[in-house]
Amino acid sequence: MMWTALLLSRVQFAFTVSFHIIFPSFTIGVAAWLTMLEAFHLISGKPVYRRLFDFWLKIFGVTFGLGVVSGIVLAFEFGMNWSRLSEVTGPIQGPLLTYESFTAFALEASFFGVLLFGRSRVTPAVYLLSTMMVALGTTFSAFWIMVNNSWMQAPVGYAVENGIFVPTNWKAIIFSPVVWVRFPHMLVAAYLTGAFCVAATGAWYMLRGIYAAEARVMLRMGLFLAALLIPVQLFVGHLNGDYVHDRQPAKFAAIEGRWHDEQPASEVLIAIPDESTETNRIELKIPYLGSLIASMRLDSKEVGLTSFAPQDRPPVAIPFFAFRIMVGCGLLMMALAWLGSLYLLFERKPGQRLLLWATFLSFPLPFVATLTGWFTAEVGRQPWSVYGALRTADAVTPTLSVQAVTVSLIIFAVVYVVIFSFGTLYVYRLLKAGPVESKPILPLNPKRPLGVIGGDNPVAKTTQEGALL
Amino acid sequence: MILFWAGLLAVTTSLYVLLDGFDLGVGILFAFADEPNRRKMLSAISPVWDGNETWLVLTGTILFGAFPAAYAALLSTFYLALVLMLCALILRGVAFEFRYKARGFRWFWDLGFAGGSLVATFVQGMTIGALVEGLPMENGHYVGGALGWLSPFAVLCGVGLVLGYSLLGAGWLVRKCEDPIRAFAYRMLPILTVGVLVFLACAFVASLVMHLELMQRWLERPYLLVFPLVGAVATWGLLRSVKQRDDFGPFRFSALIFMAAFGTLAVSFWPFMIPFVLTVEQAASPPSSLAFMFWGAGLFVMPLTLIYTTMVYRLFRGKVVEVHYD
Repeated sequence: MMWTALLLSRVQFAFTVSFHIIFPSFTIGVAAWLTMLEAFHLISGKPVYRRLFDFWLKIFGVTFGLGVVSGIVLAFEFGMNWSRLSEVTGPIQGPLLTYESFTAFALEASFFGVLLFGRSRVTPAVYLLSTMMVALGTTFSAFWIMVNNSWMQAPVGYAVENGIFVPTNWKAIIFSPVVWVRFPHMLVAAYLTGAFCVAATGAWYMLRGIYAAEARVMLRMGLFLAALLIPVQLFVGHLNGDYVHDRQPAKFAAIEGRWHDEQPASEVLIAIPDESTETNRIELKIPYLGSLIASMRLDSKEVGLTSFAPQDRPPVAIPFFAFRIMVGCGLLMMALAWLGSLYLLFERKPGQRLLLWATFLSFPLPFVATLTGWFTAEVGRQPWSVYGALRTADAVTPTLSVQAVTVSLIIFAVVYVVIFSFGTLYVYRLLKAGPVESKPILPLNPKRPLGVIGGDNPVAKTTQEGALL
Repeated sequence: MILFWAGLLAVTTSLYVLLDGFDLGVGILFAFADEPNRRKMLSAISPVWDGNETWLVLTGTILFGAFPAAYAALLSTFYLALVLMLCALILRGVAFEFRYKARGFRWFWDLGFAGGSLVATFVQGMTIGALVEGLPMENGHYVGGALGWLSPFAVLCGVGLVLGYSLLGAGWLVRKCEDPIRAFAYRMLPILTVGVLVFLACAFVASLVMHLELMQRWLERPYLLVFPLVGAVATWGLLRSVKQRDDFGPFRFSALIFMAAFGTLAVSFWPFMIPFVLTVEQAASPPSSLAFMFWGAGLFVMPLTLIYTTMVYRLFRGKVVEVHYD
């Protein structure tokens, strides 16, 4: 393999985008959870919700910062590494990203300041509103990114004039059916991520026998929400499969591990695809099921990879395995959420530790599922940058040197590893320290020039005897 | 429509320069302070820095959406510089949260914060300098090599912007902080003002010596001198407000100096987006893109963004109360 500027740019983009997506998928879920907590606190007045809110806000603070700064990198990489793509598809992708930065980025960044520092300066209603604005901002952000990415997956509403992609129908671009299955898929994935992280935290505290009140709320709300959302996600995921089948047949064949046209088609459950021989080495498959899943019929003809010229095929192994890992995580999450919820509903005692351990250990599942989902979608799109319209090889910056990308890749890798390690450590410390008694809200007169009011607050006390700190 | 977006781009760019300018400046001055003054300096920008930095993203995406050719050309030209700036902004951005969570590593995040602010500012100044000097382009791509734009003049402009942002930062500190930070900032203000003036003089002489094409435009259109004139008046006002210890004056006047400098650059570039290579007209997106952006983002979201930015600034007005951290 030749380490060209193209390949290095692809590695760099894959690396930076994979790093980035961990954080929004977490913060979108947590922002919604914070909004729920703040609303519950306003309605019920129970202090446990306030304590949970303050606790999760700190975690949100650390992860939100990481999401923002890693997102800025992506906004620049379009022009830096993919200047041909920016130039020729800029009239379409540019405005979509402009909408993202205006409706989402600006909104969440501004109101996040209020969330962190403004509790004593605004009324409870305005504070709740600010929480909602942050949650709304994260959702808008996901929406526009999914519109943009969906256009790259299934381009519509454009004409090519002098090599430039000119938008002809914005409605078709934004209301593309592809957007409206992919955006919900991403959004539900984010909510599931939030739900499992919250439930896992609750389970962890229960296992250690601390923060009983908070742990109970977290475990219940997390598992119940996940139990409701998982079937929705499986259904939406199936709809995603339909769009891939109809619009990206080569990607579909790669995901299915299907090398040759079949009628009726069987479904490959697990295999080791081999590109050199264009066959699967070890294979476990079920006859007819392939046709049923793809076309809802028992005898449909399904396309294999060899129907496409070799230069038009995506690499097979990554989408093939990534897809199976994603689905596997989904099924595990469903089993856990359903069994756990039933168990909680009937208040059983035996087997409790087993459930708690399983829930505690489940927190990586949604992250793995989201990442592998992205790998499936993005690697499966290759060798196209804009599916069927612009090759990745024609999208890269023509003047980019191998040295320049190597340098940038190393710098990004070092910086990301450093901030990710420390970020994880600090989140872990916050989780370990647990929720503390909320500080009283001191009304401040913003006009009064005083320097140390906030600094004199009584030291926060832990809610439970024997807790760490 | 092209004019509208070029105008809006100018607005978001200048808002970025003013807003992130002062918090980057505070970041540079942060190096000279000690705990607990560092905490107070951070408190002066903590609630708003995130929103400020957003204007960089807004500027970037407007450039992408409305002028994709310029976006592609500029970002690919300054590839390594931007990598450096992004990493500086990353380290600086996470330092806000991380320094309070760190036990033994606070020095690292403090270094990241001050160093990140310095590097990001320096890189921004260098790119402006390289643009003023002019870039060799063929078919919309820079042909000068990965570091070809790196020249003494670009470095000079990098230093100039460091001084300039520090000036804005000092102005912000006297407005938001009390003694001893306020006193420190008042000591720095005259020094920084003189520094900026010396830089401007050097840049002017250098432009004359190098026969920059840009200077030609000034000789052709002497009425443009109104911008430097505004700058000169603002400098006088700045020094006066420092003398009178008027806490609100320094930031306002240094912002005015920046606006004058920005206006100077903008009119000397016009109608070029990348001087003498790519005009605003040539870089613009097709009308269907510009209209789509106008009817939503331009007409509704932009004013809304300005409104809530103002609201957030009003909310956190007055001298800082130290932010409490666990």
